[in-house]
Amino acid sequence: MLEANALSYRIGTKLLLDNFNLSVNPGDFVALIGPNGAGKSTALRLLGGELQPESGAITLDGEPLVGLSPTQLAQKRACFQQNPSVDYPFTVREIADLGRQPHRLGRFESPHDRRVVDQSLTAAGIIHLEGRLQTTLSGGEATRAHLARVLAQEPRLLLLDEPTNHLDIHYQQEILQVCQQRRKEGCAIIAVLHDLNLASRFADQLVLLHEGRTAAQGTPEEVLTSERIHDVYGIESVVWKHPCGCPWVVPLLDSHPIEPPEALPLAAAH
Amino acid sequence: MLRGKYRIALIALGISLPIILALAAGLGAYYIPPWKIPWILWHRAEEDGYRVLAYIRFPRVVLAAIVGASLACSGACLQGLFRNPLADPQLVGVTGGGALGAALWLMFVSSPVLGMWGLPLAAFVSSAAVVFLVWLIAQRTHANGMVTILMAGIAVNSIAFAIIGLLTTLADNEKLRSFTFWQLGSCGYATWPLTFWTLGLSCIGLALLLRAGNALNALALGTTEAFNLGIAPNRVKRQIILGCALSVGASVAASGGIGFVGLVVPHLIRIAVGADHRWLLPASALGGASLLVLADLGARTIAMPVELPVGVITALVGGPWFVWLLIRTHKEHAYA
Repeated sequence: MLEANALSYRIGTKLLLDNFNLSVNPGDFVALIGPNGAGKSTALRLLGGELQPESGAITLDGEPLVGLSPTQLAQKRACFQQNPSVDYPFTVREIADLGRQPHRLGRFESPHDRRVVDQSLTAAGIIHLEGRLQTTLSGGEATRAHLARVLAQEPRLLLLDEPTNHLDIHYQQEILQVCQQRRKEGCAIIAVLHDLNLASRFADQLVLLHEGRTAAQGTPEEVLTSERIHDVYGIESVVWKHPCGCPWVVPLLDSHPIEPPEALPLAAAH
Repeated sequence: MLRGKYRIALIALGISLPIILALAAGLGAYYIPPWKIPWILWHRAEEDGYRVLAYIRFPRVVLAAIVGASLACSGACLQGLFRNPLADPQLVGVTGGGALGAALWLMFVSSPVLGMWGLPLAAFVSSAAVVFLVWLIAQRTHANGMVTILMAGIAVNSIAFAIIGLLTTLADNEKLRSFTFWQLGSCGYATWPLTFWTLGLSCIGLALLLRAGNALNALALGTTEAFNLGIAPNRVKRQIILGCALSVGASVAASGGIGFVGLVVPHLIRIAVGADHRWLLPASALGGASLLVLADLGARTIAMPVELPVGVITALVGGPWFVWLLIRTHKEHAYA
């Protein structure tokens, strides 16, 4: 559904993204990983239509992205960004309801809109806070309010920029599980993730970016090797296996690689 | 649940406005019992009472209502657009431009050529020109943010007031006095033709502003998020600036610089009801209309037969009340 061909983007003379290619089908989960400043967020903003690439082309359902109006775009894709701040005392429900805007013809919500908002608030786990003012929420609660908003947008393509920021380990899992649920309904997901293990656990395609270039692209097994992690992040690590079978990156604090102990946690888990 | 709260507030404001209008039309130097107004109008009874109502009171209260609605609704829109609760119509140069035009007219022309139209026309044209200038400056900057227009507005405003300051030092006493009174604001210039023109221009402006509710809700998350929700931020910006230029420009031209209403009314509504712009904008318009009609009533009755500038009333009575409200407001409303 989404095809990106040879995208590049620069600010001034600095090339932020170079020759970026991506093909996403309904139900795919793509994770963009890489060090700070690697161009992950830039790539995501290009794919969302917020930035225009300097060269290269993006098509969504066969149509060039530049030809779509903001409303048409918003009917197809939703973007979840880091910490959007709201300056006025909106309630949680009012924030979630913003996601219905691109689908609404009139000014006010229909019963269908209200149902979708209910479902989204439930899926994000904050239906019990629907009447609370946004200004009184904790960081994690605010993140989930905005998650409910992008879910209410009923996107076919969901772009997430570090969705696990500010969340404890429980909600990190939960927010990505909500995304998994959407995948099953045919929604494609592209997420910028800093946590390599979350990326490995949830995504079926990883794109490892390094200084604007694609260092590796493929399944978690193909991308996550300790040599590559060393090349890109400059740290030593060993790659083990998670009980579910996906690679598990264990960074080593020492700069010298150490032999993993005989009794692996993997064995203990079984 | 929340929708109910918004709806009740809007209905209450909608009902109280005609009551306040009738009250304001009845009270004054020539007292007419407000409940007798429909009867007087219908039968054209009480020769004097009918004349006072039809030719003096009604144009005035209607003017006060439309000016209040324009100021408050524009204030709510600009606060939403700039995501800044301190924004008010003065910031984009409408008031400064109007005052400059009025000052230039009073100091240099002041001829009876255009009759009563000279001053409002000069104020309106100059206010539109200044807003356009602010817009052009903001367009020429590279940053596409909302902040540039705010800063351009502040810069152009201060230039306008510097010129006004220069003019007032050069003016003689009588001109200075008439300009000072104009600047403090009054609805006392009202005649039917003036009221109709103001009503027409303001209504076009208000129609543009009231349609921005959904877009402003999305813009509360910032321009990027608004774009992601299907809003074209630049179009909304154009729509709101044009709406403010028309409605507030016409209001300033007809009644001078009335401060405070545009800043405070949206806050009161937000504290009392909520922040959803789809309700906030019409509620602000209705609330602003009621507030200014009452303020104007106070202006012409408190110190009878002397008439006080209405801007003084809005600030003197509204200011302390607003401070009290801010202090006792629940913590959760403390934003920005």
